[in-house]
Amino acid sequence: MSELFRHPTGLVGMALLTIIALAVVLGPLLAPYDPQAFHPAVRLTGPSMAHWLGTDQFGRDILSRLLTGAGPTILFGVGATALGVLAGSIIGVTAAVAGGWVDSVIMRTLDGLLAVPDLLFTLLIVTILGGGIGEAMLAVSVAFTPGMARIARSSVLSIRTREYILAAIARDESQGYIIFHEVIPNAIGPIIVEATIRVSFAIMIGATLGFLGLGAQPPSTEWGLMVAEARQYMYRSPWVVAVPGIAIAVAALGFNLFGDALRDAFDPRSRRS
Amino acid sequence: MSPAYLLRRLLAVVLVLWIVTIAVFAITMILPGNAAIMILGEYATPDQVAAMEERLGLNRPAAIQYFEWLFNLLQGDFGMSLRLSLPVSEVVGSAFRNSALLAVTALVTVTVVAVPVGMLAAIKRGTGADLGIGLVAYIGTAMPEFVTATLLLVIFAAPGNPLLPAGGFIPPGESVSGFFNHVILPAGALGLILTAHIARQVRSEMSDVLSSDYIRAARLKGLHERRVIRGHALPNSLAPAVAVISLDIGYLLGGIIVVEEIFAWPGLGRLLILALENRDLPVIQAITLLLAMVYALSNLLSDLVIAALDPRVRYE
Repeated sequence: MSELFRHPTGLVGMALLTIIALAVVLGPLLAPYDPQAFHPAVRLTGPSMAHWLGTDQFGRDILSRLLTGAGPTILFGVGATALGVLAGSIIGVTAAVAGGWVDSVIMRTLDGLLAVPDLLFTLLIVTILGGGIGEAMLAVSVAFTPGMARIARSSVLSIRTREYILAAIARDESQGYIIFHEVIPNAIGPIIVEATIRVSFAIMIGATLGFLGLGAQPPSTEWGLMVAEARQYMYRSPWVVAVPGIAIAVAALGFNLFGDALRDAFDPRSRRS
Repeated sequence: MSPAYLLRRLLAVVLVLWIVTIAVFAITMILPGNAAIMILGEYATPDQVAAMEERLGLNRPAAIQYFEWLFNLLQGDFGMSLRLSLPVSEVVGSAFRNSALLAVTALVTVTVVAVPVGMLAAIKRGTGADLGIGLVAYIGTAMPEFVTATLLLVIFAAPGNPLLPAGGFIPPGESVSGFFNHVILPAGALGLILTAHIARQVRSEMSDVLSSDYIRAARLKGLHERRVIRGHALPNSLAPAVAVISLDIGYLLGGIIVVEEIFAWPGLGRLLILALENRDLPVIQAITLLLAMVYALSNLLSDLVIAALDPRVRYE
């Protein structure tokens, strides 16, 4: 764990993730104004002492909206990735353990699904499920499943012939015991690293869906939706789109940096400073 | 390159595309919305709907519909657009050309910028230049296309005295300068995240090469550093760079959907969003298949380039 802090990317990533986590948990409490309250007298005003990040087209306080929007934006990414990792791991571990034709059929199917770009895949599933933040989250997790399954499979295959696995087989342990006590704890490193980096993708895709009107719906203060709602006014008052846009980038950056540091900590050979 | 290797890779692509056709067909079968109602309008009586379903063959088993669809597909017949009452191939054809113009412009620009920048960062590893490139690349990979696009519009296309047009498309056949004027912002929005990602990957691949034994050997035998890099490091970094770029093409093909929508670029992405809104199944199927095909073929092409660059791959 101390590895994580020795590396500057790990430190910056940790710092950003701490800020993001605080915003998610405390955001709604810290918001100086009601994020939905209209203040017609101060429509589209720039940053000031009263409104640190300015106000939007209805005079709503952008800082308050940003703080309350951290929850839906970030939890979307974490939730979608967690579901995708879970489904992908089940499929990947099954393929690796079963081997033979089961493995071949699963792998060829995954190859086919991986040929469809993630965003396109997500859009197709959102259209099946209907727009909305929960549906969009499910769609992203389905789109992530093939990639995660592949990583889980190769991670399991790479440890399959290690001594401790062979020892467990020699001890005549049950297959369930071997999978849950020997294989999964030892194969989970690459899966966690990939998942961390994917959270940043999931945040970006979630915000993109919000922006396209297929994810979070008004009056949510999800950041992609904030950009979409303010677009009409972006030339007059650039901060209305810049603030949520930069917030999305900062959140994605935090998970990216942290994921890279995690990879270095898990696999010292891949350290690239 | 051995014919067996080529044949094996070709067969793999065909298999992938066949699986994609099944996935696409399955997804469009469970899409909500009824094609018969789409055509007749929402005031159609149940009898009319049943008759139309009969005529379109929608009441037959899914497997039969799939094979008929696949058979037509193989003959280049994608069916009729439900929304536009035109053959899908006609609707999709010009959109495909427009998307290709945007995607190729973006990809060429990205490659020309990202590969040298990534290599430079690896050669100058640990210096200010490397740190600067790394920082910009990290931020770049965290910017979704719609954010980049929005910021580019605010900076370059603000009304009053815009430097560049905020959207639209001019065919290069009509006016080359007009085309380039209109392509700069969408290609930039599409390319930033890819440039950042590819530069980072190329840097780390090149760093690996530079710390390998044969580079050490080349340095120890007293070769000039320039010759070490040109003669040994660069040729061995090319194959990994091609692999990185080809994987990112999938990301590029997803990115055009958002970017075309924002910049009103009349390509596949914009057509797809319109088709999804209208549940225009044949158009959705055709676009998904086309994008998957382009991705699979570009991966094949890159595998062949890598095999040509790196003899070890050919004999695996």
